Amino acid sequence: MGETFLTIENVSKSFGATTVVRNVDIAIEKGEFVSFLGPSGCGKTTTLRMVAGFEGPTTGRIVIDGKDVTNLKPNQRNIGMVFQSYALFPNMTVAQNIAFGLKVAGASSDAITARVKEMLGIIKLREHGGRYPFQLSGGQQQRVALARALAVKPSVLLLDEPLSALDAKIRISLRAEIRAIQRELGITTIYVTHDQEEALSMSDRIVVMNEGRVEQIGTPLEIYNKPSSRFVASFVGTLTVLPAKIVSASKGTLTLDGQPIRAGKPFTGAAGKTVFVALRPEAIAIGKGGANANRLDAKVASVNFLGSIVRVKVRTGAQDISLDMFNQSTTAPPKVGEKVTVNFNPDDLVVLDGPAEG
Amino acid sequence: MKKGSLWAWIIFILGSAYFFLPLIATIEFSMRMKRGEYSFEAYRVVFGDERFQATFGYSILIAVLTIIVGVLIVVPTAYWIRLKLPKLRPIVEFITLLPLIIPAIVIVFGYLRMYNSSSWLPFTGSRLGTDFLLTFGYVALALPYMYRAVDTGLRTIDVQTLTEAAQILGAKWPTIIARVILPNVLIAVLSGAFLTFAIVIGEFTMASLLDRPAFGPYLQNIGANRAYEPAALAIIAFFITWGCMAVIQILSRYAPKSASRPN
Repeated sequence: MGETFLTIENVSKSFGATTVVRNVDIAIEKGEFVSFLGPSGCGKTTTLRMVAGFEGPTTGRIVIDGKDVTNLKPNQRNIGMVFQSYALFPNMTVAQNIAFGLKVAGASSDAITARVKEMLGIIKLREHGGRYPFQLSGGQQQRVALARALAVKPSVLLLDEPLSALDAKIRISLRAEIRAIQRELGITTIYVTHDQEEALSMSDRIVVMNEGRVEQIGTPLEIYNKPSSRFVASFVGTLTVLPAKIVSASKGTLTLDGQPIRAGKPFTGAAGKTVFVALRPEAIAIGKGGANANRLDAKVASVNFLGSIVRVKVRTGAQDISLDMFNQSTTAPPKVGEKVTVNFNPDDLVVLDGPAEG
Repeated sequence: MKKGSLWAWIIFILGSAYFFLPLIATIEFSMRMKRGEYSFEAYRVVFGDERFQATFGYSILIAVLTIIVGVLIVVPTAYWIRLKLPKLRPIVEFITLLPLIIPAIVIVFGYLRMYNSSSWLPFTGSRLGTDFLLTFGYVALALPYMYRAVDTGLRTIDVQTLTEAAQILGAKWPTIIARVILPNVLIAVLSGAFLTFAIVIGEFTMASLLDRPAFGPYLQNIGANRAYEPAALAIIAFFITWGCMAVIQILSRYAPKSASRPN
């Protein structure tokens, strides 16, 4: 565990009678890339804006590098920010945009020229310094916005859905570029997104938010493989969430549509109670599997060809379960209506917190 | 030729005649000062008249002052309303429209009651004070045009995000307004400025009742006492106004471009 650099301590934010952020507690290490992930209106952007200083928390405090910045203005926090709409100054060239923060800070013209040149090199737009924002593509504009934010050597970099206005191909290349630059500079970064793929592929840790609360904080693998709540399970990745009846929580045994299954480890809950369990499509396979595997008898409900994978939906009594199989020329996918046995590893069964009722 | 197209041409020709004939007639009349020949004698007399030079110079000075005061009041106000107080916008828009509803003569009588030499703020007690009062009066008269021009300019940029982007880069309010907001609404401000200029140059009521040596009262005075010079002055005033409009059109081509509005 590294040294904590940025702390959001028990922060809440209300607008009138509406509370949009509730008791958020997050500690971010120096150089860490943390994503705030959640649906629209979950409070992720408001939390980011509180870190930037554009909104003041109703309760709680924000500490950066040991200094309480809760009551500091945005221009006193030494934070860099990239906006969804780029927010480049239309009246300035690319070089002037990058130089803006340095000029405001009173840097010498030699230092500004050198830094602008360096930043243009980092974002690979050396030849574009004299152009105006409207002469650049969306992806280029966002790279300039990143360079402008980084030029002042901020202690924290905030990115507010920076790729959402771009097309898919540029988004993928830019997210790799942003991550590479962040790693190279070792800057502590908060990235707000509603795109789970972006968060999973870029982050050291992900903060999943819902209705103003933090649902789970963890590494992308933890968030994906061990979701702590039904919301996280359903929001991140394609999960099948099913109600199962507890047989023995201490032994990790349950029944799904009357068929016995086991979880990889014990959980809590009274026998006979219904809980939600989650399974990833890629964790389930057709066949009997190994000796330790959970097996369910099912009937094929639908088969969807998605290119490299084939998504098969099977029905076990009242429940539909999705499973993914690789599209291989040697293995034909099952036919709709065919009776099959599906198997999965007990460790891949995630028992979700909270009762299934309600 | 199609029937619809013929009617369009007829209406166009009638409209043009309605607009241009009086103008041509005035130009023609202004050039007949010398008996039996066309000449620019009336224009020579007008331009050679010391009072023309003095009143025109005075009106230009007041117009420039009006523009400066107007910009200093309107740009920060319109910016702040857009950024922080959008709910107040309809109220402010209504206030800025008042000079169109309240006649200038009412405003100036109000000024004379409020700021006469025996009042607590005796603007009319001195020439300089009256000049300032006239300037403030013109600022009020030009408010509907200046506010609308600036507000329209602000509408074309994302005021909040640009402000936040500048703030997070360390800029304070004066820097944000001077280096980020104003340059991006400069063309709109200039449009407002030229409209203000056109209004101030020919304004009569306020200048006359405040007894200032402005171009408007001079125009009226000449019109009442001479034959050809008023026609020449009308044409001069007309071309000044048209010149201002042409400058606005030219400047609007150089408006700052954004990615969403590249052309």
